[in-house]
Amino acid sequence: MTQNSASKLLNRDASQDKKTCGNGFVKSHCLFQQKRYRRPAEKNHHASCTSLLYNKLFVESFEETPLLVAVLTYMGYGILTIFGYLRDFLRDWKFEKCHLAREREEQKDFVPLYQDFENFYTRNLYMRIRDNWNRPICSVPGAKMDLVERVTPDYNWTFEHTGKVLKDVINMGSYNYLGFAENSGTCADAAAHSTVKYGVGVSSTRQEIGNLDKHEELEKLVARFLGVESSMVFGMGFATNSMNIPALTGKGCLILSDELNHASLVLGARLSGSTIRVFKHNNMQSLEKMLRDAIVHGQPRTHRPWKKILIVVEGIYSMEGSIVRLPEVIALKKKYKAYLYLDEAHSIGALGTRGRGVVDYFGLDPSDVDIMMGTFTKSFGAAGGYIGGKKELIDYLRLHSHSAVYATSMSPPITQQIITSMKCIMGKDGTTLGQERLRQLSENTTYFRRRLHEMGFIIYGNNDSPVVPLMLYMPAKIGAFGREMLKRNIGTVVVGFPATPIIESRARFCVSAAHTREMLDTALNAISEVGDLLQLKYSRKYRGEESSCFSYLESHQD
Amino acid sequence: MDMKNMREYMSWLYYQYLLITGIYVLEPWEQSIFNTVLFTMVAMVIYTSYVFVPIHVRLALEFFCELVGGQPESTVALMT
Repeated sequence: MTQNSASKLLNRDASQDKKTCGNGFVKSHCLFQQKRYRRPAEKNHHASCTSLLYNKLFVESFEETPLLVAVLTYMGYGILTIFGYLRDFLRDWKFEKCHLAREREEQKDFVPLYQDFENFYTRNLYMRIRDNWNRPICSVPGAKMDLVERVTPDYNWTFEHTGKVLKDVINMGSYNYLGFAENSGTCADAAAHSTVKYGVGVSSTRQEIGNLDKHEELEKLVARFLGVESSMVFGMGFATNSMNIPALTGKGCLILSDELNHASLVLGARLSGSTIRVFKHNNMQSLEKMLRDAIVHGQPRTHRPWKKILIVVEGIYSMEGSIVRLPEVIALKKKYKAYLYLDEAHSIGALGTRGRGVVDYFGLDPSDVDIMMGTFTKSFGAAGGYIGGKKELIDYLRLHSHSAVYATSMSPPITQQIITSMKCIMGKDGTTLGQERLRQLSENTTYFRRRLHEMGFIIYGNNDSPVVPLMLYMPAKIGAFGREMLKRNIGTVVVGFPATPIIESRARFCVSAAHTREMLDTALNAISEVGDLLQLKYSRKYRGEESSCFSYLESHQD
Repeated sequence: MDMKNMREYMSWLYYQYLLITGIYVLEPWEQSIFNTVLFTMVAMVIYTSYVFVPIHVRLALEFFCELVGGQPESTVALMT
């Protein structure tokens, strides 16, 4: 790391930095290598009294990939690439039937319509293990679900339904954190009642004639739930991000977005036309350096000051299971006078003692976050998104958001589902069901993560996050894991290349409050069995019998 | 009983080989091609080592023995 002017400024005037941790900038850069298990003491190195910013232990671990596993993974991808080329050759020379879209004979000399090479990965690897995705579900996706059984006669190019249904598959993949995805109970009854009263479709946009009194009621409720002045709801969570960021920033503004932000945030940032700079995932040094550079140097060629600087982060990053370092981000935001956009898609309802999200989890003031965005898909069992903040901001968005002007507003039964579930979480319906569910979720999360860690798997992320990524690494194990788990009646989501870095493929479990201890135990036993069968217990922190074959390869572990 | 355990263990080992090399996702005829090519290469390596390694080892040992011993042996004898 070269000492440029920015870092010199950092080292010189961060005198408190020097007191707490010596050579502030360089050392903390090393400390922030995301792959090392960080002891709690090492995290407190930001300028002013970081130990006072966090009211609880912030324990995240991203264990480093074992060297042998990385080499074997690359080798596996290499072999599959060779076979991919072989199959492409056979398809091209008509030795084998091509199932893909092709141009007509008359158009062969035109500019290609279907990009052949870009889909190399899709047609040569994804297609071979495609039966792990898009599985049709024929019941409510609660803690247990029913799957339609499929067979494929031609290696996943086409599927046929046998007519049988796999019953009571334990669902470890749905974002059902509080268990509100159910078809019976107060929420479902209230939603049915509102369908009878309002119908299902709204047939208009918010600005025209699609503004129901239910929407107004929901918006007031969301504002009270979050602790902000006012809020606005939208029909679709993805569209909330991608259609509202363009309304907030424009040319001449700067967006600092985290490396691993969701596609909706990236799309919204690109649509807005602002300059986008990416800082390393959850890395406060990188963010501070970028803020300082931005303020000192201004816009690229003219060096005029930026009109707005917007920091875009998420509450829980669903692919890593990590939680944003919100106290430090807010401290930075106040110091450098930037704005903060917090996307709580996965954390709302799932974190915090009262379920109010990552702001509640850290015990911070909601008015510190300028724009609080979230979705109702995950913890509330509905669909849609919201944005909460100051009254002026929301009034501005009501007029200028693309979603409000052009998109159909939220459907009445969904609105009612959110109202009922939110009241349940807040305790306003008179029962303690909400508190029970919150407590159950946090217990389940702790138990599940602890057991998986004890078994010797490599688990990423924060100890309190209900999203649990389990590392698989090798391409063949992606398909094998999904299939073996389904054989044991457990439905899991496996994720591979475009969504994750190429060697870090993983299986992602979403713990739910609807899972009982028995279900979790069944799932854990099956995961352990499959882990033994596939040799997935890579972790070197525990000396179990499975990891003994890796014991001769010592790497940098504390 | 031991044969059955042995057979199960061998089939588990074969499964591990399929998973690690990534062959598991391929169709059977592609797996056969890969296995044939790999087996041929391993067979060639074994054959080459069987034919050449003893000779190379013997020559190397003689060379180092001569260095250590320091005997005035004729260079012609060493060349053959």
